[in-house]
Amino acid sequence: MRWSSNPRSGGVLRPSSVAALLLLSALFLSSAADEKRIAIYSAAANYSLPVSERDGRDYVGVLEVLEPLGTVGAKTEASRWKLRYNSVESEFTAGQTRARIAGVDLDLPSKFLLENGRGLVPLSSLTTLLPRFLGGPVVFHETSRRLFIGNVAVHFTAQVSKTNPPTLVMDFTSPVNPMIATEPGKLRMVFSHEPLVPPGSQTLTFDSKTIPSATYQESNGAAEITVAGSVPLLASFGNDGRTITIAPAPRGAAPVPAQPAGLQAGNSVPSLQLQPGISAPAASLNGPVPYFAVVDASHGGDERGAALSDQLAEKDVTLAFAHRLKQELESRGLTTLLLRDGDTTLSLDQRAILVNKAHVAIYICVHATSLGNGVRVYTVLLPASEESRGPFLDWETAQSGFRAASEMAGTSLAAELQKNQIPVRSLVAPLRPLNNITAAAVAIEVAPPAAGGIPELNSPEYQQLVVSSVAAGVVAVRDQLGAGR
Amino acid sequence: MIPRHLIITVALMLAVVLGMSVYVWRMRGRVAPSEPATDARPVAPPVSGPTEQVTLYVAYDDPGVLRAQSARIPLPAGRQERAQELLRALLGLYLDKSSPHPLGGGAEILEVYLVDPGLAVIDTNATFADSHRSGILVEELTVASLVETLSANIPGITRVKILVNGKERDTLAGHADLADFYDVSAMGQMVSQLQ
Repeated sequence: MRWSSNPRSGGVLRPSSVAALLLLSALFLSSAADEKRIAIYSAAANYSLPVSERDGRDYVGVLEVLEPLGTVGAKTEASRWKLRYNSVESEFTAGQTRARIAGVDLDLPSKFLLENGRGLVPLSSLTTLLPRFLGGPVVFHETSRRLFIGNVAVHFTAQVSKTNPPTLVMDFTSPVNPMIATEPGKLRMVFSHEPLVPPGSQTLTFDSKTIPSATYQESNGAAEITVAGSVPLLASFGNDGRTITIAPAPRGAAPVPAQPAGLQAGNSVPSLQLQPGISAPAASLNGPVPYFAVVDASHGGDERGAALSDQLAEKDVTLAFAHRLKQELESRGLTTLLLRDGDTTLSLDQRAILVNKAHVAIYICVHATSLGNGVRVYTVLLPASEESRGPFLDWETAQSGFRAASEMAGTSLAAELQKNQIPVRSLVAPLRPLNNITAAAVAIEVAPPAAGGIPELNSPEYQQLVVSSVAAGVVAVRDQLGAGR
Repeated sequence: MIPRHLIITVALMLAVVLGMSVYVWRMRGRVAPSEPATDARPVAPPVSGPTEQVTLYVAYDDPGVLRAQSARIPLPAGRQERAQELLRALLGLYLDKSSPHPLGGGAEILEVYLVDPGLAVIDTNATFADSHRSGILVEELTVASLVETLSANIPGITRVKILVNGKERDTLAGHADLADFYDVSAMGQMVSQLQ
């Protein structure tokens, strides 16, 4: 029998040290939160990408930048890297600053880098490169790494009412869904997914002693509005997310903790509910809760998964699907952690520990297969095991308190896939690490489409169709999943 | 003149050589030419006795389902031996050329141990797992087929554990969980979905 705080059965320490893994998970999550990112806003999708530092300069993968915006393909020929976006051909040379796009030469501010078939361009070159590909201008806030493609900006106004108590009413030109945190003397709203642009002045002052000012700032791909208050403040949403009203918190309600409070996604009042028989660590109540979902690209590194064809390994297909699913979820306002962002090996226990540490609402594991067609949605078939005791959950059956949420999510995913004419089958299976996850947990196994063979698993159109359906399925039950956290 | 004793010695030696030649010639004729090996798999001792009707839960990859099929196979008297023969018969179907759910050549059930109360331990050889195709459905079909066939024909089995070459293994081929015990009653839900 295994316990969530103990090593695996038989007295054998597996993984070698749970403490080491917890440390690893903490480092992993903190590094994920601190890593440099660029946010890209467009009419097609809002998404963010990691920024790599090379020789003191910021670089980004140009294929990843263009991928959500159209059809892209890349080819490496020795040191030359050819990229096609829709009908625009381009050519870059590793170690050179000269590039050619649509038959026109241009110079990059620093050399082009080619790493494992991935083309990296200096961040500052995007304002020159992208208009050549997209045929229109872009606006780049370089210090905060926020890139606006086309006329997508969201503007806002802020006004304090003269009522008693006074309230700050903020009107936005499009629906917003910021992460909200309350601290003594201020309320912070972080807009990671919205193309919010600054008002005329970075600091807004109001004729009110209760809410004297609000400041706007941008950093690391996000915009942030901080509202100062002489009393604890609460935020509420209205007008389909276009209006945020900030008012003093009623006395006795929602006490402001001494330490920074938890972030809330699109909801001003914390609504954490503990599942029966589960002891939530203190961190889930008071620590940051940055992610709504975890997307897990199964396999990776030494573990290739199924050999889908001579050239196609399951681990590569799942990673491509997972990247798209993350972008799709984030474009719908759901903060998402990608558990495996490269070709790395993660054990099933490590995955479960990382997910449980993140306190997310839903875990989605992506698999791929050459058998059959369409998508199979799995929830867990729990193994025969001992019961949980006291505050400790049995590691093997940690999912037991979340089965209803998992089934609800699985049903919603299947319904959305069916709506999009994708053959779908809902099944239960004894599948790790679903049984170890303390959140709603589903796995999807993506097979080729009914019309088309195994290579279709790699087609951007098919991948997008599947991930859009899955994301729509998650969004349809987001409130129920969020309430269960 | 040749001494007489020398003539006698040479004659005796010729007689011995002649005798040995005849003996070797006769011995050579007795050795049958050996047949080249055609199948390296160890062959289970044949089970004799009357056949019995059993229900095998057979996996079909094409629609991805499990189908109950009746079969008549010879079964020994002992409960544990019956369990072994049952699963060997099932594997025989999967190793056939026209298998609806092919397993790698050389896959074997080494032993089935029945441990009271209600635990069955299936020990497969390494080839069974190493050569198994990878994928959630294809692996779950194998596991469900083994567990359901065993529990449907051997009364009293409530839990099943699958070992590979006598050792615990995390997954069959990257997906189906082999680290835990399968609860036969819970497995019924999975089997009904696969039918």
